Amino acid sequence: MYRALVGIGVLCGLAIVTVFEATRSVIARNQAAALERAVFQVLPEAAASVTFGFAGDGFEIVDGEDAADGERVWAGYDADGRLVGLAIETSGMGYQDTIRLLYGYAPERDAVVGIRVLESKETPGLGDKIETDPGFLRNFERLVVALAADGASLAHSIEVVKPGDKTEPWQIDGITGATISSMAIGDMLRRSTEVWIPRLSLHLDDFASARADDAATGATGSEAEDV
Amino acid sequence: MSDTHLAGAAGPSSTDEFVKGLWRENPVFVQALGMCPVLAVSNTALNALAMGLATLFVLVMSNAVVSLLRRFIPKQVRIATYILVIATLVTIVDYAIQAISLELYRALGAFISLIVVNCLILGRAESFASKNGMGRSILDGLGMGIGFTVALLALGAVREIFGAGSLFGVQLFHDAFQPWVMMILPSGGFFTLAGWLLLFNWLRARAEISNTATSADALEATP
Repeated sequence: MYRALVGIGVLCGLAIVTVFEATRSVIARNQAAALERAVFQVLPEAAASVTFGFAGDGFEIVDGEDAADGERVWAGYDADGRLVGLAIETSGMGYQDTIRLLYGYAPERDAVVGIRVLESKETPGLGDKIETDPGFLRNFERLVVALAADGASLAHSIEVVKPGDKTEPWQIDGITGATISSMAIGDMLRRSTEVWIPRLSLHLDDFASARADDAATGATGSEAEDV
Repeated sequence: MSDTHLAGAAGPSSTDEFVKGLWRENPVFVQALGMCPVLAVSNTALNALAMGLATLFVLVMSNAVVSLLRRFIPKQVRIATYILVIATLVTIVDYAIQAISLELYRALGAFISLIVVNCLILGRAESFASKNGMGRSILDGLGMGIGFTVALLALGAVREIFGAGSLFGVQLFHDAFQPWVMMILPSGGFFTLAGWLLLFNWLRARAEISNTATSADALEATP
């Protein structure tokens, strides 16, 4: 009796390990590709992107998986190698589960220029409007995150207002029927931008020079395939 | 259920093993098995189809494996062994779907791992595959799996049409159509399922009435 159970258990274990090994590289590639696509979606003007990691006193190019998730940013460059924006990942609690979000920040325009939900389990038909509602997504075409005079904080924190009440460029119109999910997006963006925007503004030169080095060596950059 | 089909006995034909799952013993509309994915993942036609196909694959494979091993599995631990086999197959499907499409994986999410506890699969292993040869078990799995997929698709299509105004993501109505969001939510699943069950039971009742009527006619005619 035990022999039969153990024997079948061993066979099943072997089968799982085989499939896991066979699919691991494909899955990792799929995930990297999905992130890559998201970077170009939140930075519409970008033609190429380079991954950077935050090293405490500045940003350095990293090779994909090296940096911890929370400390990575993706710099997007246009065809001439000019920095057009930075993509930053953030996450927070939604209505059902954690929402993971990527947003694009354009330093020249002092604004968030696009968001893309990477992972969410929000209620289909209600909470998932954060991904599909055109009116809501229009908030993020130009959501102002200008720095305050001291350069260490934002002049105005991002805030979510009732649908249709948006009067200032740093406000987000919520969604009727998806109040909690849209508030969650606003909260995540507010917390993340308060930390990242001052930090990025301080080290903007790191990204400009890195592109020149990178173009010379042709190292870790990746090109947009179909934008 | 199908406890009457014994191995080797001059039972129903192979075609019958296949066809019974589609209509007469349809796992969703007649046996009411595996309701969890039926209600949860049938909010769009595409999700329903993907879930149905994943279940179909696991069902056919588990029926095949269980039927193959049926002489080696001691009676006392048979359920544990079935679960082990099913869980392995589901894990394989889980990785396969991640490798095929992350979008699909995101949509199906937690429900893939829940195929393990879909009582339809364990039910077929226990009541059919453990007593029948491999060929018949595979046919039974195919029939039941396709019946399950069709049922899921029937629910998914209705819910997507009313709840989102589209089918397989293609917009069906003019922009002025106000989607009936309730249909996408769990309550809509219950209503849709109830509607289909009503239709199925009505059709079956009618078929039975006409059957008894014809056999009564035949009886009258013979003497």
